[in-house]
Amino acid sequence: MLESLLSPEFFNAILRATTPILFAALASSVASKAGITNMALEGIMLFSALFGVIFSAMTGNFFTGLLLTMVIGGLIGWFLAFFVLNLKTDEILAAVAINLIATGGTVLLMLAVSGDRGSSTSIASFSAPRIVIPLIDKIPFLGEIISGQNLMTYLAILAVIIMHLFMYKTPLGLKIRAVGENKNAAESVGISSRKIQYIALILSGVLASMGGFFMSGGYMNMFTKDMSAGRGYIALAASAMGGNTPIGASLVSLLFGAAQALANMMQLTDIPHELIQMIPYLTTLIGLGVYSYSNMKRRQKLAGK
Amino acid sequence: MTCLEKNIILQMNHIMKIYSNGVVANEDVSIELEKGEIHALLGENGAGKSTLMKVLFGIESPDEGQIVLNGQETTIKSPQDAISKGIGMVHQHFMLVPSLTVAENIILGVEPKKKGVFIDMDKAVFAAEEIAKKYNFDIDVKEKVEEIPVGIKQKVEILKALYRGADILILDEPTAVLTPQETDELFVQLKKLKDNGHTIIFISHKLDEIKKICDRATIMRSGKSMGTYEVKDITTEDMSRLMVGRDVILTFEKEPAKPSKVLLKVRNLSVNNGQGVLKVDDLSFDLRGGEILGIAGVEGNGQTELIDSLTGLNKSYRGKIYIKDTDIEKSSIKGIRDLKLGHIPEDRMTSGCAGNLGILENLFSNQYNDPEYSGKMLLKTKRIQERSNELIKEYLVKCKSFRQNVGMLSGGNIQKVIVAREFSTSPDIIIANQPTRGVDVGAAEFIRRRLLEFRDAGCAVLLISADLNEVFSLSDRLAAMYKGKFAGMFTDVSAVTEEELGQYMLGLKHQEEQEGMIYE
Repeated sequence: MLESLLSPEFFNAILRATTPILFAALASSVASKAGITNMALEGIMLFSALFGVIFSAMTGNFFTGLLLTMVIGGLIGWFLAFFVLNLKTDEILAAVAINLIATGGTVLLMLAVSGDRGSSTSIASFSAPRIVIPLIDKIPFLGEIISGQNLMTYLAILAVIIMHLFMYKTPLGLKIRAVGENKNAAESVGISSRKIQYIALILSGVLASMGGFFMSGGYMNMFTKDMSAGRGYIALAASAMGGNTPIGASLVSLLFGAAQALANMMQLTDIPHELIQMIPYLTTLIGLGVYSYSNMKRRQKLAGK
Repeated sequence: MTCLEKNIILQMNHIMKIYSNGVVANEDVSIELEKGEIHALLGENGAGKSTLMKVLFGIESPDEGQIVLNGQETTIKSPQDAISKGIGMVHQHFMLVPSLTVAENIILGVEPKKKGVFIDMDKAVFAAEEIAKKYNFDIDVKEKVEEIPVGIKQKVEILKALYRGADILILDEPTAVLTPQETDELFVQLKKLKDNGHTIIFISHKLDEIKKICDRATIMRSGKSMGTYEVKDITTEDMSRLMVGRDVILTFEKEPAKPSKVLLKVRNLSVNNGQGVLKVDDLSFDLRGGEILGIAGVEGNGQTELIDSLTGLNKSYRGKIYIKDTDIEKSSIKGIRDLKLGHIPEDRMTSGCAGNLGILENLFSNQYNDPEYSGKMLLKTKRIQERSNELIKEYLVKCKSFRQNVGMLSGGNIQKVIVAREFSTSPDIIIANQPTRGVDVGAAEFIRRRLLEFRDAGCAVLLISADLNEVFSLSDRLAAMYKGKFAGMFTDVSAVTEEELGQYMLGLKHQEEQEGMIYE
């Protein structure tokens, strides 16, 4: 057991399992920085997982499939923004509605397209390729972890860097942070908070859809019912615990990815798999507990107790 | 004299503004600014100063009247429009983003760019430092706004306006949150701005400050302009008479206090705020039944933290608080209220009432458990409605019925609902924090009388007020709070003058030996 925990295969699996959570955590961070909790990540991921399969099958290649799926994610983000910002719907209620539509809607759509209600095996879809990086793959241990990942995993790492630069080095990122923290201040210098929040939610939708695409076109190579399995919610926790910064969110995502990878590996043991499948969610709960406890301690310290 | 000779930069002529609820905020108000002057806009709360400035800054549109800027008639559609026309405003509540640096706040919305996509931070820092240097502002522009003191935050706001090219600067009660030193520093800088040709509108109701720094003053009273005066030609007495329209000293016929036993005991109380800053510093005092202890102080000297601790809103304090000999550290807010403590909170909208609920619900939010109004399972609706009507009548709340939402009432009437709620439980201790702030004269008078009645009936009253008139006329003992301590405690209120009290409030004076803090 310990041996397999220290093997490069396990670390490789961690990166794999982290990828969808990481995309969604980045999605959550940009929305949160703009002052909105995007709880619809779960639904966006689920829709994107299905549309990824459909689009890549329709267009005959994964890349256009990915691009079209990102459009879908952006559209759902826009849809959420419309409800929250124009119609003033409660952001949580609107997100719950989207998530419920996703649960039922994906099954219905899959049935219509493939005639199957459990998985999309009958659809000939295309996954993102695995990439072997020349030279790097020759490095012992490290090379085995870093090289040979799915293209989406590399995109996720790239997305962390891009999102960090975007949030902290560009005017739009500055505006997003300003709107999220003090809307009045932003408005007082002529920033349209609504426009900024629209942009943030659409971007959030696009990022989440990339995580969803990876679920059915990389992590697995088909869509199955409810395959996002709470990763959207886990990502919300990861983002919050990482202070809603791209770097922080990705580090915590790595922790949750490790929990997922651990659960995956332990399915080969004799422990009942129901218990093992709890690991990612338990980790989230414990993580949030530790995070909140340390926050409380910090507050008490400030109060001088 | 023509406009050109006097170099008039801005005229607002015959401005009329009536709000949708029928309040006439500005009635035929005219004001004229000469280039390079500091012009005071003087008036009591609710006199229409803010409305006039909102019209100028494009936040409100006037119903009638014209604005002439640099000799040309113009309309100002929005704050952005105002900024682009060279008008900048420093709001009383700062419009800053705490986690951003000073430089980032200054350039927000007008960011310099490099390579087309990125913010040119070097340029931003340089520009911010440049402008700070030009006006002698000593600021580290790379510091985060959340880590700098209030006085500096205000400078950042001024720099923000200057960076956007403001010729006319509106300062809304800029000294309200400043220490005396910070105020002095601000005045030096305002003079510097004036020398550089900027025109400043200085909104205030502090006469000494206006005397010190302003060239001319326009005085407003209940929505109308009482005229513009050369500050050097008008006495503060005349200014105050024009501003208030009555003799400012209000007096109450009151019996001498008959203090009984100590009901509230505070020992070595220290409180930090959320940022870890010490706000109440080792404070000990007693409050007895049958007396009113007034606390005067500039906002932000620990009053809020003190009251939050006494009323159970803040539990993270050090030291001891006893209400009728009960240590309240472990008590819930309800537990504290059950000791017969009534609390009129400082901010009526956030912690005083539930704006979206009816008057009835608000009136009974502290006594729904009382067997008089509640059975075992259900509320005694009929009894509650009867009592609501009684209270509405007794406290002269102007409303359609007890079903009306509290948020729809005027500020004064909301305050009456809160006061009615707190007083109707016949408390033994009343903590009244700014009980008459933003309340019309009639309602204020009414609330003050009730406080005196309670005191005469043996109730202990702790009164915190920014209104010096109020603390002077009501208090039996008077404390000046400065930096979390009582800098002065006066057991004979008639023996202390307003000026003297002011010196204690501003930390210029400090009693070495204090009497009348502790009675047990």
